[in-house]
Amino acid sequence: MVGGIILNSKSTVEIITEWDIVVARQLGRNEAKIIGFGTVEQARITTAISELARNIYLYASAGEIVIERIEEVEKYGIRITAIDKGPGIDNVRKVMEDGYSTSGGLGAGLPGVKRLMDGMEIQTTVGKGTIIKIEKWI
Amino acid sequence: MKELQIQYKKILADYLKNQTERNLYIGQNFIRQLIQKKVTPEEVISIHKHAVEQIYPDITSEILNSFDFLIEIMVHFGLTVQEHQSLLVQQEELRIEMNVATKIQSMLLKTAIPKVNELDIGMVSIPIRKMNGDYVHFLNDEQHYVSVAVTDVVGKGVPAALCMSMVKYGLDTLEYANNNPSYVLEVLNRIIEKSVDDSMFVSMFYGTYDIKGNIFTYGSAGHEPAIYYNSRDQKFYDLESRGLLLGVMSEVKYRQYKIHLEENDFILMITDGVTDFRKQGDLDPRNVIKELALNYINLSAQEMCERMYAYLKDLTDFNLEDDFTVVIFKK
Repeated sequence: MVGGIILNSKSTVEIITEWDIVVARQLGRNEAKIIGFGTVEQARITTAISELARNIYLYASAGEIVIERIEEVEKYGIRITAIDKGPGIDNVRKVMEDGYSTSGGLGAGLPGVKRLMDGMEIQTTVGKGTIIKIEKWI
Repeated sequence: MKELQIQYKKILADYLKNQTERNLYIGQNFIRQLIQKKVTPEEVISIHKHAVEQIYPDITSEILNSFDFLIEIMVHFGLTVQEHQSLLVQQEELRIEMNVATKIQSMLLKTAIPKVNELDIGMVSIPIRKMNGDYVHFLNDEQHYVSVAVTDVVGKGVPAALCMSMVKYGLDTLEYANNNPSYVLEVLNRIIEKSVDDSMFVSMFYGTYDIKGNIFTYGSAGHEPAIYYNSRDQKFYDLESRGLLLGVMSEVKYRQYKIHLEENDFILMITDGVTDFRKQGDLDPRNVIKELALNYINLSAQEMCERMYAYLKDLTDFNLEDDFTVVIFKK
């Protein structure tokens, strides 16, 4: 699901305060625009970044968002990796269920992030942290 | 998407030229297509923005920016719509599963009313929801005995249905054994107490009729008292029995009682769903039922049950609040 050759060097934003979410969004949007995504896709990618960054800000005291361009045969895209040393996710299947996180009004939740993108991968260890990789292709 | 874009632009241009109801109607029909094709709200706004740009090439960038803003904030709205759609699909899956489960339950719990020359037997059992929380189990060894268990699981729906299948298998295993009511109730109580959640209780009326001797022997575990009509006295008697609900405590003893049935006597076994129309002012439900039974006494036991159900359904404006079960043994 998630693969591809990395072309450019990565840009990393540390998420500590709420305003870092805005920085990550901005970086993601610029990158998406350069890659050639349209307005709606830019908005979706940015929203996905925003959700991941917010999760870091709310549930892990610190973490980072890495944004990179990816390329495969005749195919360009963007990959965002959210890394935190937070509590980890106890039950990944549960958080990927519709209606689980949204019912509390917490936002789009991970199912929403997945819908906004083409691919998603979660690695998590309880007590150690979580890595979420998402990708979108043009 | 290109095709949709062109169509939308045309519909919008028509409307901007002529603000008629007809053009609005065409627009609404078009959006139906978009919904079917799972086009999200933010995409609709993007389509609108491009159409406006083409119709008014001189439009100011401020107005166009406002559309970008709208696209941005509608992304969340789009997610909500998609989530809603996926939940609808899941709901449909659950509904299908539930229908299958209901079919399995009714197959499992199907009971044929035994045909016995010396005794007229009738039964109606109607669930309020899909799964029935009431269960009637007949046992008949042709020559000697007809037994009946009328059961009500406290609690409704799926958990009650699961518990019910256990009651059924418990009764099945007792089929060829001693079927004295006190013995049957004691064994079932032990099974249920051991294997079911603490919040789940079962009430049961168990009666067995000795065909040759015309003796009806019964016992009850916290069940709505059955009603016995003695035609010689022209009087009703409540078959009270203070047995504890099944599944509360492990070692419970249940008493059993005997009645000698004469010509035209009958026994009416019900679940509390039948007496559950207390909202009807000062009527005593049990008296209403007794009166009804007397009105229909010349009918067959089955017709009596059906008429009672029809009457009570009517009385409560088709709003019976519980599973409804009536069984009649009529001599």
